[in-house]
Amino acid sequence: MTASLSREDVSAVAVLARLQLSPEEVDVFTSQLGQILEYVDILNEVDTTDIEPLAHPIPVTNVFRDDIVTPSLPREAALSNAPNTDGKYFFVPQILEEQ
Amino acid sequence: MEFTTIIGLEVHVQLLTKTKIFCGCANLFNPENPNVQTCPVCLGLPGSLPVMNRKAFRLAVKTAMALNCNITPFTKWDRKQYYYPDLPKNYQISQYDLPFSTEGWLDIETDLETGESKKVRLIRVHLEEDAGKNIHDETGRGRDSRVDLNRAGTPLLEIVSQPDMRSPREAYTFLNELKLLLTYLNVSDCNMQEGSLRCDANVNLHVHTDDGHRIATPLVEIKNLNSFRGVEQAIAYEVERQQEQWRESKLTIDDSPKQTRGWDAERGVTFGQRGKEEASDYRYFPDPDLVPVVVEESQLQELRGELCEPPADRRKRFQTAYQISSYDASVIIDQGLAFADYYESVASDSGDGKQAANWVTQDIQRELNERKLTIDQFPIRPHILSTLLQRIGSQTITVKSAREVFAELLCRADNDESLSDDLIDGIIDANGLAIVSDTGQLEETIEAVISRNEKAVAAFREGKQAAVGPMIGQIMREIKGADPKQVRQMLIDKISE
Repeated sequence: MTASLSREDVSAVAVLARLQLSPEEVDVFTSQLGQILEYVDILNEVDTTDIEPLAHPIPVTNVFRDDIVTPSLPREAALSNAPNTDGKYFFVPQILEEQ
Repeated sequence: MEFTTIIGLEVHVQLLTKTKIFCGCANLFNPENPNVQTCPVCLGLPGSLPVMNRKAFRLAVKTAMALNCNITPFTKWDRKQYYYPDLPKNYQISQYDLPFSTEGWLDIETDLETGESKKVRLIRVHLEEDAGKNIHDETGRGRDSRVDLNRAGTPLLEIVSQPDMRSPREAYTFLNELKLLLTYLNVSDCNMQEGSLRCDANVNLHVHTDDGHRIATPLVEIKNLNSFRGVEQAIAYEVERQQEQWRESKLTIDDSPKQTRGWDAERGVTFGQRGKEEASDYRYFPDPDLVPVVVEESQLQELRGELCEPPADRRKRFQTAYQISSYDASVIIDQGLAFADYYESVASDSGDGKQAANWVTQDIQRELNERKLTIDQFPIRPHILSTLLQRIGSQTITVKSAREVFAELLCRADNDESLSDDLIDGIIDANGLAIVSDTGQLEETIEAVISRNEKAVAAFREGKQAAVGPMIGQIMREIKGADPKQVRQMLIDKISE
C-alpha cells in the first residue's frame, strides 16, 4: 500500500477536526501531510504476515487502582486555563446543532 | 400491506462507584456545584495518565454475566475521536473491537396474564467513560453554552441490543426488566432524572408487500429519551411517521443513511437532528495510556458468587412457591430488592403467601406512600407482620381486626415503643379482638338482637336480604372478635327457623 493523500482527504479530516481551511491551506497540507504519510509508508516494507496485532506496546496487563476518592482540583484551578468562564462553568461559543 | 416494527435499544448506565473510571474524583451527581469534581485526568490536561478503577471493571463484568454475556478473556480500551465541548480530551475512552463482553440476552415478559416471555439478544456490553454536560442557552439570543465537567469520566456501561423488539411496549418492558436487574445487582441506581440511565432507540419498519416481498425502511435513531414512558411514546410516534413516509416516498433502507432524531416530550413528536458521523470517522485506535485487561477464570468464579437471583426468575418462583398471581408477583418484584426480600420473609414465616402479598401490596404500600418511607425504614419489620398474619391464619383474629392491630402497632412505633409478638397479643386482648368461637355466647347475643329488631326480621322474611346488615353490625359491636361470616350465617339460620 502506498500512501497518496487527496485534497478531499484533507478537507474531510479538517471537518472532523472542526478546522476551517482556505483552498491554499488545503493545498499546503495535502502536500505536507502527504510527505509524512510517505515517510511512514516505509513501515510497509516490513513483512507482518505471521505477526499478531499488538494491543499495547509493552507486555503489561491488569493495572488497576482502588475505588478511593482523592481530592479534586479547586474549581478556580480547574477553570484557570479556560478562555471564558463565569467562575462556575466553562463557557464555549453556542453549540449549534447542524440540521 | 402490513408493517412489522423493528426496534433495537442502546442503553447507557452509570455505575455505582465512589470514584470516576480513570481518576479518584468523586462520582457524584452534583449539578448545583459545577466543576468541583475534576482533576488533570478528567480535564484531559497534557501529561496526565488514566488508571482503571478496579471496582468499575468488576461491576461491569458482574452486569455482563447477569446479562448472560460471554466475557472476553482479553480486553482493551480504544480512543473514539470526536470534537464536542463536553469531551475535554477530544476523544472518549471506549471499547471498539475487543469489548469485555459480547452476545448476551435478557428475558422479558411479554404477557403478564400467561407469563409468556421472549429473549431479547444483546450484541455487546462495553465499558467507557461518560462525557461532561453542556448547558445550552435557551433564550435564543445565541449566548455561550456552559460546560460542567463533574460528570466527565463517570464509569459508563453501554448495553446494545439486537433489533429484537417488535412494539413500543416491548421496548418499555425490556428497559423495565433491565433496570430491575441492574438495581437488584446494585451496580447502578438507574435514576433517569439524574441521567444514570439513558437510552437511544433504533427504529425502522419491515414492509410486507402484497406480492410477498419484505422491504426495510430507512433506519432512525431516536436520541434524548429520558423516561421509559418517553421511549414508548417516541417509538409509537416514529412507527406512525415511518408508515406515512413509506406510503408517500417508498424510501428503503438503501436509499437513505441512518437518521438521528430527537424526542420532544412536550409536543410528543420526533424531529430531525444532525447527521451522525460514520463509524469510521471516529478513527478508533488502542489507547496507549491504558493497558489491556486479562480476565482470569478464578475472578469470574468469584463474581458469579456475587450474582443475585434475577428478578425475572424470582417473579416466577414467587408465583409457584407462594401461590400468588403473576400480577402480584410483578408488583412486588417491581418495588425493588428490599421490598421483595421483605415480602419473601413474611410469606415464608407466616406460611400464607397470598395473605402476605395482600398486605405488602396494599396496607404496607399505602403506608410507605403516605409516610414517604422506603421498606427498610418501615417500623413494622417482617417478623412482626408474620406474627400478625399467623394470628389470622390460626383464626385467632379476623383480617379486619388485624388491620386494627396493624394501625395500633404503627401508632406504638411512632411513640418509639418497640414492637414484639407479645405486644400484638396484648393489643388483641385489650381490644377484645380475639374471634369468639364460643357459640353459646354468640347465640345469646343473636337472640337478643333479633328480639330488638322485629321490623328488620320481618323485612328479611319477606325477602329483603339487606335487612340483616344492621343486625350483623349490632352483634359485631357487642362481640368484637366475632367472625362476620359466621355471625351472618348463624343469624340467618336463626331467623329462618
